[in-house]
Amino acid sequence: MIPELGNVALALALCMALIQSVLPLAGAHRGIAPWMAVARPAALAQFGFVAAAFAALAYCFVTSDFSVAFVAENSNSALPVYYQLTAIWGGHEGSILLWTFVLTIWTSAVALFSRSLPAEFAARVLGVMGLISVGFLLFMLLTSNPFARLTPVPAEGADLNPLLQDIGMIMHPPTLYMGYVGMSVAFGFAIAALLGGRLDAAWARWSRPWITVAWIFLTCGVALGSWWAYYELGWGGWWFWDPVENASFMPWLTGTALIHSLAVTEKRGLFKSWTVLLAITAFSLSLLGTFLVRSGVLTSVHAFASDPSRGIYILTFLGIVVGGSLLLYAVRGPSTLGGSRFSTVSRETLLLANNVLLVVAMATILLGTLYPLVIDALGLGKLSVGPPYFNKVFVPIMSVLMVLLGFGNLSRWKQDSVPRLWHHLRFAAVGAAVLGLGTAAMLVSDWFTGKLLMVGLGLVLAAWVVITSVQSVWTQLSDKRSLAEGLRRLPAGTYGMALAHIGLAVTVVGITMTSAFNAEERLRMAPGDTATLSGYTFRFQGVDRVQGPNYQAARGSFIVTRDGDPVTVLHPEKRRYVSGGKPMTEAGIDARLSRDLYASLGQPMSGEDGGWSVRLYHKPMVRWIWLGGLLMAAGGVIALTDRRYRLARRQRSAPAASRHSAAPAGSG
Amino acid sequence: MTPRRKKRLYLVALVLLGVGGATALFLTAFQENIILYHSPTEVAQGKVPHGHTFRVGGLVKKGSVKRNEESLKVRFTVTDTKHDVPIVYDGVLPDLFREGQGIVANGKLNGNGVFVAQKVLAKHDENYMPPEVADSLKKAGAKAPHSMPRPG
Repeated sequence: MIPELGNVALALALCMALIQSVLPLAGAHRGIAPWMAVARPAALAQFGFVAAAFAALAYCFVTSDFSVAFVAENSNSALPVYYQLTAIWGGHEGSILLWTFVLTIWTSAVALFSRSLPAEFAARVLGVMGLISVGFLLFMLLTSNPFARLTPVPAEGADLNPLLQDIGMIMHPPTLYMGYVGMSVAFGFAIAALLGGRLDAAWARWSRPWITVAWIFLTCGVALGSWWAYYELGWGGWWFWDPVENASFMPWLTGTALIHSLAVTEKRGLFKSWTVLLAITAFSLSLLGTFLVRSGVLTSVHAFASDPSRGIYILTFLGIVVGGSLLLYAVRGPSTLGGSRFSTVSRETLLLANNVLLVVAMATILLGTLYPLVIDALGLGKLSVGPPYFNKVFVPIMSVLMVLLGFGNLSRWKQDSVPRLWHHLRFAAVGAAVLGLGTAAMLVSDWFTGKLLMVGLGLVLAAWVVITSVQSVWTQLSDKRSLAEGLRRLPAGTYGMALAHIGLAVTVVGITMTSAFNAEERLRMAPGDTATLSGYTFRFQGVDRVQGPNYQAARGSFIVTRDGDPVTVLHPEKRRYVSGGKPMTEAGIDARLSRDLYASLGQPMSGEDGGWSVRLYHKPMVRWIWLGGLLMAAGGVIALTDRRYRLARRQRSAPAASRHSAAPAGSG
Repeated sequence: MTPRRKKRLYLVALVLLGVGGATALFLTAFQENIILYHSPTEVAQGKVPHGHTFRVGGLVKKGSVKRNEESLKVRFTVTDTKHDVPIVYDGVLPDLFREGQGIVANGKLNGNGVFVAQKVLAKHDENYMPPEVADSLKKAGAKAPHSMPRPG
């Protein structure tokens, strides 16, 4: 009964999405106010129906209704209830439902908080988002219905992939989807601007907070994914350049470029066409990410689905969205061109460079990710692109980006001069060089290797970014007589920018230190054996049997000491889930800001002594990688509180109100 | 030449330099890091040059896994049922590695025709067959003991 209600809710949501897209778009085109006014209530109703479908699926999971195929495939009755709930997005159908649910959340948010926007513009944004929703609801109803029944009804379900039975899996997909789908708002704004021919500073100011929120979620989602892979896969790696990781990283790079170009569009009225193109690209890449992960074209833990009809649907959908929006851009884009001039040395130029570098980085990742797929599809052979490719291309691009970032922090809009910049930045440059190289020289024992150069480069760049970011706040203090007063008067955006840039530096420090000084040992250990790694002694105490809620585990104990003093005890586990024969590695980690100690169990070895194959790691400052991501997100949050956005809303509310009175039904 | 034109010329030159540099970087990195996949039959036919990193995949032959008692060194054979490739590996094998399972390994051939693996991959659940391996088995005319990954 409940699954059928869920199905009906999805069908009704599809009707609402159709109404939400067709009527307002037609109304905006022909200037019919009542048609436009339909957008808001339709969006909210659609949210209600999708939420009902989501709740219905959740109910099926919690009550272990195995007559529903999706539940039977991804859950069982021994699963703890919180994993039964999160199993909703543990498979293909449920993930698409989550995607759609998140889309309706964003759509309702736009419906509720867009009252200050011109009615025509808001109707177009909601209409475009409704079209995307139509695409996803149809996809679900036609090819991947989460409520499809299964006969005969199995007595017990299969299980949620053990890799996904983890706190990281509870948080990572919803966060990432909030970011992915948030780009649909950027897309909606861009398409609405192209349709209406209105593309100005006000447009940028309206869309900026939305895109910032989406970017914050995307940042957290990517960082969470990396953290999850680090402790769940048992290899001690935090980034594998896996196609699935790339799928989430490409929208992030484009989104980051978008945030920066939007700043130029808002402040100076420039780069408008480019900004629109970036918004379209960011959303297209989000869709591509969904396609890559969900269609089963990749061999990876994320690719659960392998039904070609789904792949064809998503490809067609992708083609319509990307092709259609680019066509619209080609037809309407040039007419919205325009803006003022800027000189070669100016903040505009530096931000343009930022955009070019980020997009080039994205393009190289895109190529490395898709090339094997294209070659395979053309029947030219099977190959893969190794991680060194990505590192080799990505590191130089990011290095140049960070050098320019320092200049960008201190440069002026419109016109600046090299002597002025040098005057402001010479101390920062010398300071960063001394600090970075000095620290590197102290840390690296053997100076005549590439290591000194690598560590030096990473630390100098990080120091350069931090110093110039602090300096950018400092130089903006208008009233130097009272420091506290001056600091309070600065716009929140300034602080947000500085903090996000410092976050980047923190991540770079983490990457540099972990890559350069990571110590690892893969060996066979019997109880009583010891191994020493970077001054830490790991003593293997043997393995105990442990009973979990739905698994049995072999739990190893490693006593870690340093110079005879106890440091910690690590408990890596090898789990075997009751439902299936898949063993799972659960790493034992002792985390500090300065270092992680990491142990994971391989397999029991043949022999009488109870020996195991074991991986041990000492990873200096690996936490900084994710801490930096957190700081970037925090910077975004601070930037959101900027007074400017609230002022903008108040200023707009007057004309918007008069427009509403002209169209009484427009209050929604 | 007017000063503005001169400035533009510099800018264009700079952009060209940047794009050229990026392309060169990209092409060399790409060239070096493409790893081809070869089936055991192709390896046996000598189609793979020595000293080149590539991927080979197949079923782990029953009874072929020999572990060293003292270290992590392990020898085993992968097969596409027509031809075998002997593999040596020094490291921790993935959780799902076992005899009869489809695996993919990254590494090089040594002078004796033994594949020295740097990485051994066996992903997914026990019903899963890496697509490359399934393809090799099909080409070798064998029926895959397991089907392709099940949907969902």
